[in-house]
Amino acid sequence: MADRPSPLLRLWHALLRLAFVVGVAWPVTLVWLGLAIRHRERLPLRGPAIVVANHNSHLDILTLYTLFPLSQVLNVRPAAAADYFLRNRAMAWFATRVVGIIPVIRGGASKSVDPLAGCYDALAAGRILVLFPEGTRGEPERLSEVKSGLWFLGRRFPEVPIVPVYMHGLGRSMGKGARIPVPFFVDVHIDRPLPWQEDKAAFKAGVQRRFAVLQKKAAGLADDDPTP
Amino acid sequence: MNPFPITDTLFYALSVILLVLLFASASVALLGWRFPQKDWLELRQRVRTWWWIVAVFVLAISFNHTVSLLVLGFVSFLAFKEYLTLVPTRRADHLPLLWAYLAIPIQYYWIWDGWYGMFIIFIPVYAFLFLPMRMVLVGDTQGFLRAASTLHWGLMTTVFSLSHMAYLLVLPSDVTGSMKGDGALLVLFLVVLTQFNDVAQYLWGKSLGRVKVIPKVSPNKTVAGFLGGVATTTLLGWLLGPVLTPMNPAHAALAGLLIGVTGFVGDVVMSAVKRDLGVKDSGDLLPGHGGILDRLDSLTYTAPLFFHYLRYLYY
Repeated sequence: MADRPSPLLRLWHALLRLAFVVGVAWPVTLVWLGLAIRHRERLPLRGPAIVVANHNSHLDILTLYTLFPLSQVLNVRPAAAADYFLRNRAMAWFATRVVGIIPVIRGGASKSVDPLAGCYDALAAGRILVLFPEGTRGEPERLSEVKSGLWFLGRRFPEVPIVPVYMHGLGRSMGKGARIPVPFFVDVHIDRPLPWQEDKAAFKAGVQRRFAVLQKKAAGLADDDPTP
Repeated sequence: MNPFPITDTLFYALSVILLVLLFASASVALLGWRFPQKDWLELRQRVRTWWWIVAVFVLAISFNHTVSLLVLGFVSFLAFKEYLTLVPTRRADHLPLLWAYLAIPIQYYWIWDGWYGMFIIFIPVYAFLFLPMRMVLVGDTQGFLRAASTLHWGLMTTVFSLSHMAYLLVLPSDVTGSMKGDGALLVLFLVVLTQFNDVAQYLWGKSLGRVKVIPKVSPNKTVAGFLGGVATTTLLGWLLGPVLTPMNPAHAALAGLLIGVTGFVGDVVMSAVKRDLGVKDSGDLLPGHGGILDRLDSLTYTAPLFFHYLRYLYY
C-alpha cells in the first residue's frame, strides 16, 4: 500500500465500510442470527492488537465487526486470502474497499514479497488486525491446524497482545458452500491475551490449546463461569 | 384520565402492570439496600428483564394489528431460532431449515388476513407435508425421520401454538356484542394468567411444597405448588375474566383452571425437552430468566387451548 489515495477517496471508503457494518453486519448478526457474547471486556479496543479467531464461515468477519463499537470499527482490519478474495476486479474492490480486508497470499510464500507485508503495515499503523490462523474455513464447527503466519507476526511485534476469539455456530449457519445463512443463536467467547513465545511449535500448540478449551466451553462441556 | 388512543380497560390494566413492576423494582432495591452482603444479581436481572418483556408486550398489543403481528411474529422467530439452536440438525437440511423459517411470516400473514381456515391447517398440514418433501429432494436418508420430526415439533410449538395468541387479536366481535373485538384484552388475559400461574406455582411450591409431582423431569415441581398455583390462577381468572373478556364468571373461572393446569403441562414438557438435550436453560436471551423458551414454555400449551375454549363458547 505505497500509494496513498486522496483524502476524499479515503473518506468515501470509510463511509462505505461504515455502511457495510451498519447495513449488513449488524442486521445479519444481531437480528437474523443473534449473539451471546462472553467477556466482551477482554476485547482490545485500541491498536495495535491481534485478534485471532476460528474460521468456519463468511459470517465470521461480520460477527467480529459487530463486536467492536462503531467508533473503533474502521481501525479493525481482517487478513484474508488474496487468491480467494482478489479473484476478479469486482470482488477485489468489494473485499478491500467495502469489507476492508488486507490481502494475504496463502501457501508457499514467494521469496520476493513477504506475504504478511500488509499485516506488518497494519500493526505498525496501530490497527487491530483480525487473523484466522487456521487459514481456511474448513469443515463447519471443526478446528483445523493453526498455521505459522501468526508466529511470524508475533516475532516482529512481540509486545502486541494476541486475543483469541471463538465463535460457535456460524459454520452451522452458513458453512462452506452455503449461500443464505440459517438463523441460529451464536456464542462468542473472548479469551485472555496470549503471550508470544520464541519456540514456534510450542506457540502454535498453545494457540491450538486455547481454541480447544474455548470450543469445549462453547459446547457447554466445561463448567461455564458465571458471566455478568 | 386515559391520554392514549387505547380503550380505558386496557389503559387501567396496563397501569396495574406498571405498578406491579414498580413494586418489584422497589422491593429489589430495598432488599439490596437492607441486605447488601447477599448476591441479588439474578433477582435484579430478572426484574430488569421483566421490564423489557412488558415493554415489548405493550408494544405488541397497544397499536394496530400490523404492529402486533410483526412483534408477535418476531417473538415466534426468536423462539423457533432458539429451539433450532438447541436441537441437532443435519448439514444436509440447510435449505429445508430456511423453508421452515419461511412458515413464520406466512402463518402470521393468515392471521393478519383473518383467514381462520388457512391459519388452523397451514402448519399441521401444508408445512408438515412440504418440509419432508423438500428434505427428500436433498436426498440424505441418514437420520431423516428424526430430522423431520424435530423440525415439525419446533414449528408446532413455537409457531403454530404461539400464533394462537396472535389470532386472539383478530377475532371478530363476540356473540354477546358486549365487546367490539378488543383482542388486546384477550391476549392480556391469557398472558397475565399464564405468567401469574408460573409465579404462583413457584411461590406455593417454595412455601408448602414437599411431595414432588414428576421428580425425573422437574425436581422443583411439587403437588402443593401445582394445586396452590391452579387454585390461585382459577381465582384470578374468575376476577379478571368478566372485566377483560366476554366470559361470564363461571366460564372465566374455568378458563383460569384450564390455564393453570395446561400451563403446568407446557412448563414440564419443555423441561423434558431441555433435559433430553442436556441443557438447563434454553438460551440466554433474557438475563435472569434464561432463554425465551423458558418464558414461553407454558404459553405453548395455554395459548391454543384457551383460544379454542373461548372460540367455542363465544365466537
